Formats: sequence, structure tokens, C-alpha cells
Amino acid sequence: MARKKPDTSAGDAELHRELLRSMLLQRRFEERTAEAYALGKIGGFCHLYIGQEAVSTGSLSVLRDDDYIITTYRDHGQALARGLAPRNVMAELFGRVDGCSRGKGGSMHLFDRNLNFLGGHGIVGGHIPIATGIAFAIKYRGGDQVCLCFMGEAAVNNGAFHEALNMASLWKLPAIFVIENNRYGMGTAIERASSINDIYERAGSYDMPRGVVDGQDVFAVRRAVSEAAERARTEQVPTLLEVRTYRFMGHSMSDAVSGTYRTKAELEEYLKRDPIMLLRTKMQSAGEITDDDVARLDEEIKAIVQDAWDFADASPEPPLESLYEHVLVDTTSDALGEVAVAGD
Amino acid sequence: MAVLTYRDALNQALREEMQRDDRVFLMGEEVAVYQGAYKVSKGLLQEFGEMRVVDTPITELGFAGVGVGAAMVGLRPIIEFMTWNFALLALDQVVNAAAKMLYMSGGQYNVPIVFRGPNGAALQLSAQHSQAWESWLAHIPGLKVVAPGTPADAKGLLKAAIRDDNPVIVLEGEMLYNTKGDVPDGEVVVPIGQAELKREGEHCSIITSGKMVLVAMQAADQMAKDGIRVDVVDLRTIRPMDVAAITGSVRKTNRAVVLEEGWELCGIGAQVVDYVQRECFDDLDAPVIRVHQADVPMPYAKNLERAAKPDVAKTIAAVKKVMYIDS
Repeated sequence: MARKKPDTSAGDAELHRELLRSMLLQRRFEERTAEAYALGKIGGFCHLYIGQEAVSTGSLSVLRDDDYIITTYRDHGQALARGLAPRNVMAELFGRVDGCSRGKGGSMHLFDRNLNFLGGHGIVGGHIPIATGIAFAIKYRGGDQVCLCFMGEAAVNNGAFHEALNMASLWKLPAIFVIENNRYGMGTAIERASSINDIYERAGSYDMPRGVVDGQDVFAVRRAVSEAAERARTEQVPTLLEVRTYRFMGHSMSDAVSGTYRTKAELEEYLKRDPIMLLRTKMQSAGEITDDDVARLDEEIKAIVQDAWDFADASPEPPLESLYEHVLVDTTSDALGEVAVAGD
Repeated sequence: MAVLTYRDALNQALREEMQRDDRVFLMGEEVAVYQGAYKVSKGLLQEFGEMRVVDTPITELGFAGVGVGAAMVGLRPIIEFMTWNFALLALDQVVNAAAKMLYMSGGQYNVPIVFRGPNGAALQLSAQHSQAWESWLAHIPGLKVVAPGTPADAKGLLKAAIRDDNPVIVLEGEMLYNTKGDVPDGEVVVPIGQAELKREGEHCSIITSGKMVLVAMQAADQMAKDGIRVDVVDLRTIRPMDVAAITGSVRKTNRAVVLEEGWELCGIGAQVVDYVQRECFDDLDAPVIRVHQADVPMPYAKNLERAAKPDVAKTIAAVKKVMYIDS
């Protein structure tokens, strides 16, 4: 889905169908992820993205193949929206050799160099300076790509966020910082963690263009990211977007859905703005899709996810010899000569 | 052969590698307009311009991360820390990002980056500015760690570090920058992972690295007057460690002193002693003794600082002890 040409015009039924397909794939994939976790096929930390799919699909559907993406540990949805194969993502979650990170990364560290998907990262805020560095490299080479960096709203209270945004603005780098504000840093509500609630305003400290976006509306996300990407490509100006969304599941698999920190009533209120439901309703009222079409699409996607599960289940565990592989590379710039650098 | 200061040797390495490869750039605090807090980057801004010699805000975590990101997509950053004491703020990027990226991406993203700057104590800089971090850094798989003690090794190891496709830590020394030594003409690249026998003797091995190489050499000179001749094994690279060089020397001398700048517990010397006991147990004529900093934060007062630091006298005393010579 990811590499669809930017098109924000309403009425493009084919585009809308692709957006719906992308979001539905993430939803169905993660429903099965939860099931596999319960069965012990997936271990460790596992953070579901359910409820936030309009952010990944909206953002990545307006980017180019040669743009760069970097994100947090809540990365399944974005990986799928970028176009990583469900088979390889599921195999990674299962800890198998066919995983997109060869079974070495797991849920929190999905990577795909061919898609310029530079990973899920596990330290809150730690990947934001890396995004600034990728944008620096783009400028260094005179390219017109962008680097899009997803983060949670809790990261904005972290020093790495401020250091990275300051340098991105100071040096005019083509970065888009997308805050997925799902209201909770684990179990701590934003009002209990941030001295301001309109966190996009933090960009004012860095004289950086900024905006607040409805994260349940895939078209709103597309518009905002599209504008930010244009600004980055043509003016080399970074943008901070606060995309307001909500996670329908717990923080991780050990956290109950509503938990001690939010009420069932609040969750139910947000469920009324399920991004997939909103898109489907819009398409149905525009006559772009029927109930039968939706049912067929759903069956098709469920089959893709089942295939991913079967593939992952059949994939071997990484060989024990691989334990010591990928600690270091044994090359130098001499050995490589004038190699093309990543992304060229 | 030219006589160069350690500072100029590093400067040459930077200049030559930046001339050789357009992807190499230098970033850090005061590296450009100020010409380097210790003038290691003197003249580089004028030669290479502000895109390749980049002054940063005082934000170690931030610019270390910028380096990691740039390295992931094909550039070859050299990140200068004004001192490794300040790099503590950046350790998340060094340890969690640079050192892990290749492994957790299943081999997809290597990080060809150099993190460099002065390490350890200078003179009367007290507790926060006088720390030797080699054992912390050497603990981490995914990093290489080098600690040159001479101008020739400074040039050769920095060049090797820049060309390496892995993250390499280069530990320099503020007290070394003005020291002078012979540097071969032409291309000087010292392979990472190879120790050097800086001095040969048969009575005892002093195993050391970095700034302590000078201390070991001075101790060796003094002891030679009394007829005590020692091997000085300069590790040069802490990780990966050249175990064969250590065991080769100890098998010859049957006695060893390990000299390091840092603290005792879990220090580099502890690891060296482990290699020695595993590989040379039957060769030893005496227990190995370690010389290191006193187990205290570095004090300011001259006399206390002197008492805290490893030095020539303590090294000689240790050698005499393993040789069972009354001093």
C-alpha cells in the first residue's frame, strides 16, 4: 500500500479502498498477534497498535519509496503500512529465521532495509536524534527525500526529543516528526506527565512549523503529512505534527484493556471513532463500497493473515550458529570500495 | 619519519581520511569555528567547509544520535566528545543504538561511526572530569574500543577506525595531545585488534594501554638502570583484545603487572588477569598484580590527586613485588 502516489482528493474510490485495505490488514494482523501471544507463540514485550491505524496508513501512503521511516517499539502497524510482508513480520514476532530481522529483533525491532524502514526502537525518545541524523544525511547528499519519525506523546518530555528537534530546525533538515498522541505513556495520562497539553506547541520553542491532526481520520493525516513532506522536500524545513489518536488495547500484553488508569467509559467513547469504521462509513455513504465488498475484503485479508501465521509457524528457528552473527561486520571502507550507500 | 605531536597526528588522520572519502564528516562541540577544544580539528573547517565540519549545540545525546542516523544511511561520521566524561549523556546512543543496530536488524544496518575524544584524568580537574571509561565501553558487544598511547598509534588507529564499518570508540588523552613521537611517512593504518610490544625484556611483563603506556615506558627506563628488564605490552585495542600478545609475553617472562588508568573493580586489568590465569597458569612464578586508580572519585588537591593516580613509582613497586625484590 505504502507507495501509492500522493493523492488527497476525495472521491478516489480506488485509493480509498487501498487505504481501507491497509488499515484492515493491520487490525486483523494484530488481532491474530494477540491470539498467538496468548498461545505462547510470541514472547517478550508486544505492543499492539489497534485503534491507531489511520496514523500509519495516512502518513506512509503519501511518502515515496526512497523516503526513510523510523519508529518506536509499537511498530507492527507502521511496518505493514510501509509494505513489509505480513509473513516476514509474523515470522519475526514468532522468533523465526524468516523474520524481517532474522529473528534477532522481535516485536520491538522490525527492520527492512529494502523499504528504508529503519526500525522499531525500544528506548523512548532514543530514535528521535537518529531521525535527525538521517535527515542530516539527506541534506548532506543534496537529496529531496524526507525522514519521517513516529513517536509517542510521552517522548516529548524526554531530553532526546528536544535535542533532536532543536538541531533539525537549527540546521533546516527534511524531517517530519509525527507524535502519535494516544493519551497515555504506558499508564500515565498526558495531563499527568506534560506541563502543556497541546504538545504540538512545543515546536514553537524551535521555530518549527507545527500542527494538530485528527488521528482517527486517515484523510486528515494524509493532508498534514503531505504538506509537511512538501515543505521538507522544497524548503528543507522540518515539521512537528501532533496526531491525536487512541489505543484500543492495553499498553502491552500484560496490561488490561482499560486498566487502572483509564475508565471503560472513556474507552467506549473513543471506540465510537474507530478509524476503520469511520473510513468504511464514509466510503459506504459515498457509494464507493457495499457491505458485500467489505465482507469480501475482510475475508481476503483474514486469509493473508492466516497465511502469515502458517508461514511463521513453519519457519525454522534461527540456527544456533547465528547467535554470534551480526555482532560486527568484517568489512572496512577499503574492502567495500566505492559502494553505493543505503538509499541511493 | 617525522616527529609529530599526538594532536597533529590525529589532525593528519582526520584530514587524510576526509580527503579520501567524501562521506566522512566531523561533528561535535567546538570542532569547527573554535578549531577544537584541544585543537585536534585545527584547519579542517577551512579545508572542508561547514557541511563536513559541524559545530553542534551542547547536546551529547542528540549529536551522538545524529551520527548514528547518518551512519545508518551511508555516511561515515566522526563524533567528537569534548571529553568522554560528557559522553555519559550520550551512552544510550553508543550502547543502545550504535552497538546494537546490526544485531537487532538481523544484519541489515551496520553503523560505521567513530566516537572519539579525551578519556581519563588530566591535572586537577577533579571528580567529574577525570574518569577513565574503557572498561564500561569494552564491556559492550558490537563496539570496538581503541586507546592509542603514541602519536603513530593515534594516527594509525584513528584512520583504521574511520575506515571500519563498525562503531569504533577512540580513547585519546588530554595529557597525551602535546606528547611527541615518530610517525612514519605515507599511509599509516594500524590494524584494530593488534597489540604491540613496545619494549622487550625478560623479567616481567607490563600489560597496559592508552595514556599508561607512557607511564610503563618511564618505569621500564628507570628499572633498566637497576638491571630489571621488562616487556611493555601495549594493547592498543581494548576490544577485541589481542590475547595472544598477552600470553606470548607472560609465557616468556613468567610474571605480569597490569597497569590501567581506571578503577579496580571490573576493570580492564581484571579481564587481562583472567586471560593470564586461563592460558598461562602453569607459566606464572608469582600472582599477577594490578596497578590502577584508587577506588575513590578523583580529588582536586594536588597531593590527593597524585595519591589517587597510577604512576611510575607504583608501577615499579608492583614489578618488584611480582619479582619478590624488596624495595
